[in-house]
Amino acid sequence: MSWIQDRPRLLEAAYRGTQALLRPFGRRLRRGGWVERVFVAGEKLTKGPLFDCRMCGQCILHSTGMTCPMTCPKTMRNGPCGGVRLDGRCEVKPDMDCVWLTAWERSKRMSAFGQEIRRVQPPLDRRLEGTSAWINDATGEGARVPAGWSE
Amino acid sequence: MTDRSRLERVLRAGRFAVTAELNPPDSADPQAVYDRALVLASVCDAINATDASGANVHMSSVGVCALLTRAGYEPVLQVSCRDRNRIAIQGDLLGAAAMGVRNVLCLTGDGVQAGDQPEAKPVFDLDSTTLLRTARLLRDQGRFLSGRRLEQRPRFFLGAAANPFAPPYDFRAVQLAKKVEAGAQFVQTQYCFDIPRLKQFLSQTGDLGLHGRVCILVGVGPLRSAKAAEWMRTHVPGVHIPDEVIRRLAAVPSDRQRDAGRDLCVEIIQQVRDLPGVCGVHVMAYRQEELVAEIIEAAGLLPRSTQAGMFNPDGTEEKAN
Repeated sequence: MSWIQDRPRLLEAAYRGTQALLRPFGRRLRRGGWVERVFVAGEKLTKGPLFDCRMCGQCILHSTGMTCPMTCPKTMRNGPCGGVRLDGRCEVKPDMDCVWLTAWERSKRMSAFGQEIRRVQPPLDRRLEGTSAWINDATGEGARVPAGWSE
Repeated sequence: MTDRSRLERVLRAGRFAVTAELNPPDSADPQAVYDRALVLASVCDAINATDASGANVHMSSVGVCALLTRAGYEPVLQVSCRDRNRIAIQGDLLGAAAMGVRNVLCLTGDGVQAGDQPEAKPVFDLDSTTLLRTARLLRDQGRFLSGRRLEQRPRFFLGAAANPFAPPYDFRAVQLAKKVEAGAQFVQTQYCFDIPRLKQFLSQTGDLGLHGRVCILVGVGPLRSAKAAEWMRTHVPGVHIPDEVIRRLAAVPSDRQRDAGRDLCVEIIQQVRDLPGVCGVHVMAYRQEELVAEIIEAAGLLPRSTQAGMFNPDGTEEKAN
């Protein structure tokens, strides 16, 4: 498993593929109902073991070096906090590595989305927690920002 | 012009700025705040009111700032995302602005595990970057995050924190660029005890073109003793003190370590003050507030220099007078 986790270029290609596959169905995909249940199960089955996915419903893996930022105890989506220990361990949970050290290293090796880590990420829509990020991506709901956010 | 905070005016004038940290009391008595402010006010341009720093509960930063503005002091409101969600934070920002607060330092905040109530629920609804952009939204668009209009906009001078001394080192400058894009106009760094690392950070921020766009205030502070330094670096999140600093303090008899810590702080200020991109220092003298005046005087920052017009946060020309 760690072999594939450390292949960000492969993973970003998989991300692109999934997106290309699903976006044409954006109009027909809806949350709620059995279709979403299948998607949620599928995401848990794939992104769970691969990324320790927390099902935030607004996947930005491609912007964070194909490393899930929701595994950060502070759920930081814009970069590490100032508390990272000298050995690269997490301030809150000293037995884990800072997610952002991994994210930064991997993003440097990504060809398509490597620069995405420099973009400011909007605050999460907490209502989407537990829903299917793939459906949300296809419908555009996952990328929706608070009304005041976009200037 | 009078709309701008004193801190912003000092920085826009290209003068070397000094800010200092006030640690809020565990008290309901306003006098406890004023006693602490008194020793800081005459030697700095603005006083930071910390927001439950280290996740230890104290008087709120909004409360401290309201007391300070009432007495004519210039506070920097520290806002952490650990304890409040976006609804509470936006309300506090407006409330603070109504009390005359102009400077806001946007922080993510230490984890609750660091403090005296580790069983508390950590919030982290926003992070420092989204908080910065939210505060800028209130100011520039006159809107809440929801899009709803304000009747009156707050006037904020927005700040962020940076920790050049924590990994991933080469991401820290990029991260500062994100914060500047989100609205940061000034930065106060974590304690600096490692000048080479700071220089590396400054060269990266320079390369990213940040030096004309954001004022960097380097965090400094006196270490009380070798033991206190050891405690700080193991217990306070994000504080990195090199071994040679501890060795230097430990080499002095314990009754003179406090003076050695103060001298080291003065030395660091003198070493950083002329580095490219450095616009000031932020003095954090936890439980040693009485040392701040001495340090600032010994560092030769009194009286202040008054060279004009080097910095424009919004890129427009400062009009004469």
